[in-house]
Parts: sequence; structure tokens; C-alpha cells
Amino acid sequence: MSDHKTMTLKLIVWRQKSADDPGRFETYTARNITEHHSFLEMLDCVNEDLILEGKEPIMFDHDCREGICGTCSQVINGKPHGGQERTTVCQLHMRNFKDGDTIYIEPWRARAFPIIRDLIVDRSALDKIIQAGGYTSCHTGGVADANAILVPKPIAEESMDAAECIGCGACVAGCPNGAAMLFTGAKVSQLALLPQGEVEAAERVKAMTQAMVDCGFGNCSNHYECQAACPKGVDVKFIARLNREFIKAQF
Amino acid sequence: MILDGKCPTGPIEQSWDKYRFDLKLVNPSNKRKYKIIVVGTGLAGASAAATLGELGYNVQAFCYQDSPRRAHSIAAQGGINAAKNYPNDGDSIYRLFYDTIKGGDFRAREADVWRLAQVSNNIIDQCVAQGVPFARDYAGYLDNRSFGGAQVSRTFYARGQTGQQLLLGAYSALSRQIKLGTVQMYARREMLDLVVVDGVARGIIVRNLVTGQMESYAADAVCLCTGGYVNVFYLSTNAMGCSVTAIWKAHKKGAYFANPCYTQIHPTCIPQAGEYQSKLTLMSESLRNDGRVWVPKSKDDVSKNPNQIPEDQRDYYLERKYPSFGNLAPRDISSRAAKEQCDDSRGVGPGGRGVYLDFADSIKRLGEATIRERYGNLFEMYEKITAENGYKTPMRIYPAPHYSMGGLWVDYNLMSNLPGLFILGEANFSVHGANRLGASALMQGLADGYFVIPYTIGGYLASIKPGQITSEHEEFRKCSQDVQSEQEKLVAINGKRTVTDFMRELGTLMWNNCGMARTEAGLKEAIAKLPSIREEFWQNLKVSGSAGELNQQLENAGRTADFLEFAELLCRDALHRNESCGGHFRVEHQYDDGEAKRDDVNYCYAAAWEYKGVGNEPEMHKEPLKFENVHLAVRSYK
Repeated sequence: MSDHKTMTLKLIVWRQKSADDPGRFETYTARNITEHHSFLEMLDCVNEDLILEGKEPIMFDHDCREGICGTCSQVINGKPHGGQERTTVCQLHMRNFKDGDTIYIEPWRARAFPIIRDLIVDRSALDKIIQAGGYTSCHTGGVADANAILVPKPIAEESMDAAECIGCGACVAGCPNGAAMLFTGAKVSQLALLPQGEVEAAERVKAMTQAMVDCGFGNCSNHYECQAACPKGVDVKFIARLNREFIKAQF
Repeated sequence: MILDGKCPTGPIEQSWDKYRFDLKLVNPSNKRKYKIIVVGTGLAGASAAATLGELGYNVQAFCYQDSPRRAHSIAAQGGINAAKNYPNDGDSIYRLFYDTIKGGDFRAREADVWRLAQVSNNIIDQCVAQGVPFARDYAGYLDNRSFGGAQVSRTFYARGQTGQQLLLGAYSALSRQIKLGTVQMYARREMLDLVVVDGVARGIIVRNLVTGQMESYAADAVCLCTGGYVNVFYLSTNAMGCSVTAIWKAHKKGAYFANPCYTQIHPTCIPQAGEYQSKLTLMSESLRNDGRVWVPKSKDDVSKNPNQIPEDQRDYYLERKYPSFGNLAPRDISSRAAKEQCDDSRGVGPGGRGVYLDFADSIKRLGEATIRERYGNLFEMYEKITAENGYKTPMRIYPAPHYSMGGLWVDYNLMSNLPGLFILGEANFSVHGANRLGASALMQGLADGYFVIPYTIGGYLASIKPGQITSEHEEFRKCSQDVQSEQEKLVAINGKRTVTDFMRELGTLMWNNCGMARTEAGLKEAIAKLPSIREEFWQNLKVSGSAGELNQQLENAGRTADFLEFAELLCRDALHRNESCGGHFRVEHQYDDGEAKRDDVNYCYAAAWEYKGVGNEPEMHKEPLKFENVHLAVRSYK
């Protein structure tokens, strides 16, 4: 059982009033933080103090706080989600820091993710990529019995590996090119691997990569930063599959 | 007033097919003239919006998140039930129907539950066609597992992320319709009022969460798919943004709220670690298959290292109290038993709110490798949150609010008592009765959205002329102004306490007085205290910033204001229901073994409450429940 020593931390946080505002770093002190606080609960505590002092609290996106909705999105000390393996910001705990630490907190930074306020960015570009073709064009009703389509277990498992993506955008934030190729590759692969998705695979990959370009995302140059940043451990092999599907679609 | 659920009569096996045939249809070329609003994009909302858009209706969908893919359905772990009988183990539509009625402690409508069981099979077909990567066996067929006390294996799953995969399937169908232009998607919008003209639902007022501006949307029908309300307990397994607001606003505009006291407390969650904590995390109940639950016999031992407490000083209270079920006692019983031990000052961990879940015996018997293979991801999650190794030290668990079976009253068409207002998924009260079985929430959300509303909404729309009222109507202007002034009022209070502070106070009161075990005295005390908390809230709240900008504190303040009003209705319903059933446990009504004691003579009905003003006693309307296919019986798990 752990004791309840508390720590005091110096936070250097990006504050930006709106998309047009140039933005700046501000310094805050987080007090009485225990090792059991999650990173977001630590920020909650700082915000409670700011509100009572009559100051504007730090705005950040968050929702499920259990690592699955993909809403939370902060670059901590230069690393998306703080750099712990397979961990979102909401699952990052303060035991990974020590008393007296200085922590830099920034929003996702990418051309395709304009900042809305403080640490909140607009990730609707990821929705646009899915809208371009991240689906099978089946109708509601009128489909075959589920067991009429057989899928070999290893294929189903690989498809599921790709489908684990939570759409948080850490891969884009981690990429020096601001590319969304891990995100796009994951969806393209999930569907291309399955017989249900194979029919439209060529049209899908063309439409989704075009949407990627139109939204202002960059391209992959094999840094693998996306895989390192991904809180679900989505593998860069899905970028390879994206490229393969893309080339196949040209013929 | 006696409410009519408009359930079909005659043989239940044909009830939905016959009813569906009798519903009026809207001509394909006329569908685009009808506007439908869908609020919320979880399983119910996303599937409804996608399906209605595909049918040709003109759909507008709204969510408070930055993307429709993030609704809290995404967090569901275990699976989704269907009566496919793929394992050939005796399942059938009738058995799923029967299990659901019994699991709900005989407090749901037969016809609605039959329909749910019937369409469950279509859901699995639909999801597979969408490319949902369900678990498969080595022959390539879909795999099933057992779940939540059922005696057949009918649960389909995708690792521990079934909800995520089903939601992403519905989100992809929705995305396709957005691309085709049949659905217009409005993200980062929160519904703050329902617009009702001459008793008919005509549209909504939403706050644009980025600009803070009010926006008005008119439609021929409004579907609320806005989830449950257990964040009224403050700490729950729900997402931070989950609230009662949308359905509460509709309730204040005349929609009846049914059975709010039916709340589900899930027994296996990671306990609260401190005052600052913002939410609770669920751990799959399957852990109780191999874990033994205990607390120290003596209060003096609660802070000791559990591994140093000798065997004879441990109280394996579930095994002691329920020898036949042991550690696999039903959810409600296990939850209440944990609370009893902690109330007796024998709880462990911070705040004394936890019990041990010990794997030492299983590890000795089966080896650590087997336990790791079965539950490795759960041990990993536990360690991430608590920094404790569950293989070496017993885990600590505690029950947490998880799901609400109550919700707005709907008839068989999923339409509330207000014409034009439809309620889908967790937000309605329809199929789970007083207790929900595992793996059936996902089933209901998708049943309502894919396979029920597309038919029943047509029956309503065929009877009305499209586009009778636009957002220029006087009522929209009035509602918009009312919402705006409430927002400004919240900011103007400029008191000394934060929103979170009030939410904690409310949550503590509700958890203690209206949580796992409820008494007449406790409920009366809560009802007496709530008005003063509300009063202080409106006098001493501190929200920074202004109403006309992105303001997360203001969003939370609005939700809290609604929870403070709703909490009173929840307590009143719990006080009126002078019986125990499912998740509603009145201490006064129990059998010797602690089972809930129903009173079918006096309470075999759904209680639908009509709003009569803040702090005023609401009026109750009853819908009697008839059981023609299943016999009312004591729900025994022995």
C-alpha cells in the first residue's frame, strides 16, 4: 500500500484564446498532487484553483477517461499522450512524475488540426477521411446471415489489430510531416483484409488517400513516430498495407 | 391516468411482424420532404441516423463530442447478445425473451422485449456486413461466449472492445450517409431545450460549444438517443460528459419520465483512490470466476498488508452468505454485500471503500500463466491505474454506478407521450425492466436504431404533413431566449463554489441515500436536502468566462443544474416504489437471504412521472404490466 506524500509541479501550458490568437506559454503550479492522480485529475485540481482565483481554467478535450474514446489529446514534454507505452493522457498517472518536475503541456500540432482553444484542436479532418470511404456500402437490412461469410481466425485477428484505432490523432501529432497515414492505413487495412470490405477496396483506398491530401495531412517518410505515439499500439505495417492497396488500386 | 403502451395483441411470436405490416408507409419520393433530428450518436443515435438517412429522410444529427465516433457506447467491453443459437446449445428467440424478462425482475413490457429478441439476430448480420471484426474460431465461424448468468453461449464479442467495434460500425454507416448528403452532422453541439408547439415536438435548441451561440433546428420528428443518467451519483463508469440534460429538458416540456429509480450498480470496479477522483473504471465481471472476494474479519486489520492476514482472520463473505452461488452471486447482491462490509468499517484501501478480490488460490491451483492467459489485459489495466500487481497482492474492487434502466416513457413505437418525440437506447425505459443483463445494452441500442425506429417513425410521419413549422416560429425564438438567459444567469452568480464541488455534494448524497440500498428515512432525508443544495447552487456557484464562448465550466454547470432537479424525481420514484426489484433495493423489502422482495399485487406497473415545476410533486401515471407469456415468479438464482 502506498503512502500519501504529495508533490508540487511546475506546469508550462500552451494558452490560446481562439484560432486567430497567436497563443503563448503560461506557467502554473500544481499543488498537493498524489501519485494516484491521473494526469487529467492533476489538471482538474489546477483548474479548480484557477476558477476560485477568478482566472480562466485550462481548456482541454476529454470524455471517457478510460482510454477508449480518443478525445484526450495533449503533447506532454514533447510526446503525444506523454510517451508511456500504449497509454492515453487520461490513463497516464502522476506516479510517472516526481516532486519538483517541470512539465510542458501543448496541444496536438499539425496543419490539418487547427487549434480551437488552449489544448483543444479541431480533428474533423479525420472524420472527413472516414466519410470518403471508411466503410462497406452495405444497406441496413438485406444482408447475408453472419455465418455465411467465413473469415479465417488469423485474418480476423489482424483486422481487429487495425480496428483498435481510437482516432485520437496522436499519430498525426507525433509525425514530423503531420501525416495521417497510420490512421488511414488502419481503416483501409481493417476493411481490405475482410471479404466484406474487399469488394470496394480499390475505390476506398483512392478516395481516402485523396481526402487525406485534401485535408492538408502530409505523407509518410518512415519515422515510425506514429507507432510510438499510438496509445493502442497500431503497427506501422498497416501503412505498408495502405501503400500496397494504393498501388494495387492503380491497375 | 392509465397509460397505453400501444402494444400489439395476439400471439407474441407474430406480434412485431404483424404490427410492422399494419404500420403506414411514407412513399419513397416523399421521404426527403420530412426532416428528422437525431440527438446523440452512440449505438442508438448513429444507427438511427444512418438508417433513416439511407431510407431517404432528411436527417440532422447532433453530438456534444468533437466527433460522432466518441459517444460512450464505445466503452462497452463484454459483448452483444443474439439468439442465433450458433453453438447449438438450446438458444432461441423465446429463450432470449424469457431471460431478459426474468433478468429485468418482471418489470418490462413483454411485446417490446420479444421484438428485441427477434431483431437481435439481424444486428449480428448487419455488423458483420459492415466489417466489424468479431471473434472467430479456427474454421472461420463466429465465436460465442457465456455471459452474465445465462445458461447458453449467445454473446458475440470483439476482444474486450465490443462496444468500440459496434460503434465504429454504426459510425462508418453514418459517415457514408454524411458523404451522400442525406445526413447533416453537427458535432460539438449540446441540446439544451426541446421545442414543443401545440403539444407536438417540433425541434430543438442547441448550444454551439465552440462559439457559445444558440442555434435552432426545426423538424417533423425528434429522436433523443442521449444515453443514461448515472452521473447523478457524480462518480460512475460513464464518461464525463454524460448527463440527464437532453431528456430532462424534454421532461420539463411534458415528456413523462418512467421508472427513474431503476439504476444499475456494477460490482467490479476499481475503487476510488481519493477525493480528487473524477470517474470510476469498470473491470470485467468475469474476474469473479477465479477470484475470491473477502475482507478482514477484524476492523483492526484493514490497513494491514493483506498477504499477512492469516486465512482464519479473513471473511469470505459472499461464500459465507450465499454458499450455493459464492463469488458468482448476482450483480445486485454482490454489490450490496460489498457495501455492507464497508459500512461495518471492514472495507480496505483509501477511505475504507473496497474489498479484496484474491487470485492466490487460483494461482496455486492453475498456475499464474493460466490466470494471465484468461485475464492478462485486466491485470494490466488494474496495474496501470493502481500501480499494484494483482498476481502478488489481492486486487481491490468496489461497486460503481454503471447504467440506468429508467428513462423517458415510450410506447411500442418508441414515441413518448409527446407526438413527434422518439426516445431510443438507454435514454428510454423500455426493455430492461428493473435490471439489465450483461451484453444486452448494445443489443438494445442497435435494435432501436437499425430495426425499430425506421418502421415506427414512418407510421407517425405518414400521418402528418411535412414542414409545418420552421425555426422562424415564435416558440423557437422564445425557447432560445430562455436558454440564453439561463446560461447568462449561471455565469452571473459569481459565488464561491465550483461546479465540481456541487456535483460532489450531490453525488455523495445520492450515493449514500439513493444508491445500492434505499430506506424510507434515507430517501426522505435526500428529498428534504435537495432543495437547499439547489438553492445554494443558484446563489453561490462560480463559473469563470462568459456564455458566448467555449466554456467547459458553463457546460458542466448546466448539466449539474439539471442533475440537481432530476435527483429529486429519482428519490421520489424510489420512495414511492415500496418494494424491492432488480436494481431498486428497498431495505424494508427483502427475503431472509437478502433477495429483493417484489410486490406484484401493488407495483406491477411502470411509473411515468409528469413534471409539475421545480420542487413540486410530480404527477404519476401508471402503465400496468401484463404477463401473458411468462409467469410472474420469484427471481431465484439458487
